[in-house]
Parts: sequence; C-alpha cells; structure tokens
Amino acid sequence: MSADVHLEDIWIRFGDFVAAREVDIHIKGGEFFSFLGPSGCGKTTILRAVSGFLEPSQGRVLIGGRDMAGIGPNKRPTALIFQNLALFPLMTVWENITFALEVKGVGKAQRRKIADELLELIALAGQGDKMVGELSGGQKQRVAIARALAAEPDVLLLDEPLSALDLKLRQHMRTELRAIQQRVGITFIYITHDQGEALTMSDHVAVMSQGVVEQVADGNTIYNRPESAFVASFVGENNLFAGEVSEVGEEFVVVKTPSGSLRARHGKRADAGQLAVGDDAFVFVRPESLKFANGESFDNRISAHIRQQEFEGNFWQVFCTVAGSSKQIKLSMINDGRTTGHDSGEEVTLGFDADLAVALPHGELAAE
Amino acid sequence: MLKYWKEFFRKHGIALSLFLLVSVGFWIFMMIVLPQAFMLDFSFRANVPPPQWGSEAHHYTTEHYRYMLYGSAQSTDSYNFVDLSVFARTIVAAIFVTLIDLALCYPVAYYLAHVSRGGWSRLMVMALVVPFWVNELLRAFAFKIMFGSSGIVNNSLLWLGLIDQPYDFIRNGVALWSGLSYAYILLMIFPIYNAVESLDKNQIEAARDLGSPWWRIHKRVVIPHAKPGITSGCTMVFMLTAGALAVPQILGGPSSLWFTQIIYQAFNQAGNWARGSAYAIILLSACILFVLIVMRVFKVKLGEIAR
Repeated sequence: MSADVHLEDIWIRFGDFVAAREVDIHIKGGEFFSFLGPSGCGKTTILRAVSGFLEPSQGRVLIGGRDMAGIGPNKRPTALIFQNLALFPLMTVWENITFALEVKGVGKAQRRKIADELLELIALAGQGDKMVGELSGGQKQRVAIARALAAEPDVLLLDEPLSALDLKLRQHMRTELRAIQQRVGITFIYITHDQGEALTMSDHVAVMSQGVVEQVADGNTIYNRPESAFVASFVGENNLFAGEVSEVGEEFVVVKTPSGSLRARHGKRADAGQLAVGDDAFVFVRPESLKFANGESFDNRISAHIRQQEFEGNFWQVFCTVAGSSKQIKLSMINDGRTTGHDSGEEVTLGFDADLAVALPHGELAAE
Repeated sequence: MLKYWKEFFRKHGIALSLFLLVSVGFWIFMMIVLPQAFMLDFSFRANVPPPQWGSEAHHYTTEHYRYMLYGSAQSTDSYNFVDLSVFARTIVAAIFVTLIDLALCYPVAYYLAHVSRGGWSRLMVMALVVPFWVNELLRAFAFKIMFGSSGIVNNSLLWLGLIDQPYDFIRNGVALWSGLSYAYILLMIFPIYNAVESLDKNQIEAARDLGSPWWRIHKRVVIPHAKPGITSGCTMVFMLTAGALAVPQILGGPSSLWFTQIIYQAFNQAGNWARGSAYAIILLSACILFVLIVMRVFKVKLGEIAR
C-alpha cells in the first residue's frame, strides 16, 4: 500500500523563528520524493511534521487523504528512518526488525518467521541472532530499513540515513534504496543535503532554503531549469554573472553585466514576477555549457585568460579570469582523448548559447 | 604483573607512585579491611570486659550467632523470635522502602532527563538537592513533628474531614517509612537519572514511531537501558535503609524496633560488643547476599553498576 502525502499550506514556527513557511506540496503515492537543502533549511522539520513528532503551526498534513491532525506518530501510517538509525542496541537484530509486530501483538514464532524473510530481503540471512553492535555500518543501515518496512508503512520517511556512511557504501546504498523502493512500491520521502543522492534516487525533488520550498520538479528540471537563484547556485556548479536587465524578449532576456551583455533564457517561475527592463538579475551558466569559441559562433562571447587548469582524466577543469576584471569563471571540458591543455595566462574567447544559460531575478544564493 | 608495576612507576614517577600506593593501601586496609576484620574476630569471641581481652577467657565461640537464632547460648529448644522478627521486618521494610523510592524516582528521573528542558530541569535538580543540605536528624525530627498527632498532616486531614480523630502515623510506621524513603531518595534519583539521560532520544522516538504505546517504550527501551542505574540506586537505598539508625530511632514507634537499634543496644547499653559484632556481621552478610541475588535475577554485572 502506498499513500499520497499532501502538505497543505504548512507553516511551522518555533517562537519567533519560522522553520517552514507556506509549504504546499503534493507527493504522489509510490513516489520517491526528496527534500534537498542545506542544513537548517527546515527539511527535517517538515519530515517531523509528516511523521507526527510535531504539529504544524498552521496548515494540514494529509496522508492517503486523511487529515493527520491530532494523530500521534505511533498511530500514523508512516515509518521513520533516523539519521543515526536509532536501532535498539539491547535487542537482537531480529527483535529490532520485528519490534513493530511485537507492538501489534504478533506471536514470537510468527515474528521470527517474518524477521527471517526480511533478513533475506536485505541480504543478511542467518544474522538475526546477532546484537546490533556486531554489525557493520552498511548492515545496520539495512536493518534499519527492514525494521521500518516491517511496520508495513504506507509512507517511509528517511532522514539523511546515508550521511554516516563512507562514500563507496553511500553510493552502493543509493542504488539499493532505490531498488527496495521500487520493489515494495510505497512512498518514500527522503531528506538530504546531498544533491547527488537527491538527483539519482528521486522521482521528484523539492529544493528548500530558509523554510521555503524554492522549486519542486524532477532531477533533470532542477538541474537544467532552475527557477530561482538559490536553486541554480545550490544544485551543481554554476558560473554567476550579476547585472541589470537591458532587454526583455519573448523567450530571452539580455542582462548587462561587467563581463559584457549576456543573452540568456528566461528562468520562469509561475508565481514569481517576470524580469523587466532595469531589474537586477543573475545569469547562470554551467561550467560544462561554456566552450572555447575557436571561431565558432555563439550567442555570447567572453574574453578571458586562463588562470589555472586541473586534469581529472575524463574532464579538464579550466579556471579563467574575465578580461579587464577579476571575475573568476570555470569551464569543464570533456577529455575525448584528443584534447590538450592550455597554458596559464593564455588569452582565450569563451562562448555559450543563450538557451544554455538562464537569467533569474536577483535573490538569495547558496552559501559556498 | 611486574611489567605493569614498572610501567606504573615509570608513568607517575617514584614519589607520586609511592604516594598513590600508600594512600590507597592505607584506605583499603585501615578503613575497610581492618575494622571489618576486628568485627569478624570479635563476633566469634566470648564477651569479656576489655582487661581480659587476649586472655584465656577471650576464647573463640559461636555463641553469639547461636543467640541470634535461639535466644540462648546453650539451649536450642526455642527460636529467638524477638530478634529474628526484628531482623526480618527490617529487611522487608528496607525492600519496601527501596520499591517506594524506585516508584517515585523513575518517573522523576525520566522527566528530568527527557521531558523537561534546560533551566527548568536544573531548577528541579536544585529543588531536590537543597533540602539535603539540612541535617539528617533535623529532617527526621521535622517528619516527627509533621506526622505527630497535632502535626500538619493530621490537622489537614481533620480539616478536610477525611478523618475524625488524629491518626497515629508514628505507631503505624507511616512516619518511619516516609522518613526512610525520603532519607536516601537522592541516591535513587541520580543513578537512574544518569542512566536514563544517556539514552539516545531517537530510540524513544523510533519506538514510538513504530507504533509502541508509552508503557512498552519503557518496558523494552528505557528500562533495559537504565537497568544498571536502577540496580545501582536500589542497592544503595536498600543497604543504607537496612543499616539506618538515626531515622528509625527518631521516627520508629514504640513497638517497631529496627535491627540496627538492637545492634546499637548490644554495643552501647548491654556492653556486649561481641554480640553486637555478630549481629552487625549478620546484617552485612544478609544485605550483600540480597544484593547479589537481585543482581543475578536482573542479570546485571557488578561492573555495570559501577559505571
């Protein structure tokens, strides 16, 4: 069973501090949905409101169409996987896994049987009698997932469960989590500050900053069509040119910046006002969208000289300084085996097409 | 072993090492081993006045232990019901006082550790500690006044109309039990508080999230975690209650003697140090035995208590 989760105009206040404002999100049943944002952006607060550990100051949480107001965490069809997993260290692995069934009064023999099935599912068959402390990090992770799944929730909530693992295990667990989600088919709500996790696993991602949901979309849209300056600067790398709008067209705008007038696509957001002539604006260009002009024609051209470059095998990372200023920009170039490096200080012309750059209203940026 | 001592001396230097060894040795030997050894020795000797100590008359005997059992040094016809019943009543009462303290302290400790916040919780700890700056005897006398026939408790109950004549709290042991429960309550609260406080809050939330009602969270998560602290608190309260003298002396009714009072009488009134020693050894052994049994039943190791 999977259930829709509807967050209806949620506000959460702690005294004067507003941890979440005007959060209005519809998560479809069976979806892998992520909340992505820097620490302190309010994503964990939202999760706690869904799991029932706190009541929103305003607005409603609906799970499967049912209003959850006044329903405690032990009565909600949700199961939460904690950041530190919160496994019970004084119980065996199998008792941990079937704790939710013990609560429901399922007999010991039956519980043992279900535990063995779940241990099979998480590839820990035969390890049920161990104590939690005897398991490795990744194994604990899987036990926490099994424990939550044993409660047969309609919605599984995950609070940065991978953050304590090392890189390799984390990447492995991403794939595994996604596979488990597809197998059990329930709604997953995932909290993370790691954009890699959010983009690889999720059907939809909500990017949050300072209690506000900046954008909700699939990973591709979030990366390629950011709708706010925060999203553009937080997700992936971006070169940023600040300036003033000098011309507004149907699809493109021209922004006058110290690095020249740049033509870029309108980064539209339905509710936000469109850019108008004279507005402060940012133009964002991904390092991989920047090219060496080499005589080819581009909508935008920037003269620069090379400051430094790094060879990463599959990529060159080239750091340039815009001519006549101290503005730093970065260019990523695929190494197809024929590319060669440039000399430091070499004068180059960089170019990019307007549809690969986005112009967004002036706004708060992600901290570096 | 030799290597260990070499390392010890190398690490702390000769002067400090010697100081540590001598002071610890002095503590253990002079304060713990020697007095208890004297008590043990005394308890197995005939009761003679000090000038004859070491003489022929000061011979070894088990008469004091037999006296505890039979009420006479020679005959074994009847049991010493007076002393035995006081002993049994002391142990049972100490168990009850321990249970009362546990029932009072666990919720308070849990509240302090996981429910109340910052300043409020510090204030509560202060409220618990400050009354104990008052001398134990004063506190006991205060209880005696409170529970007296015209004390505040009786007066309040009379005023409320719950009773129509003063209830004798002292004769019925209520004052004694309350006084004893209060006397050592901090020794119950703090070990439990420390144990409960070290529990990760997420564990409680996880259990709750998995559907657990509050009582099962305590049964399966909080109490198992706090077990060493609970055992530690219970052990101390039980030992100290069973060995209390001042509070029973002041708050005990005329008919409810505490076993320590019998020991006190043997030493100070009957001048029978040998019997007093024997009785003290019996009380000590019974307490240790009881604690060991409780630890075995609740599967707690000695090392865990000390944590």
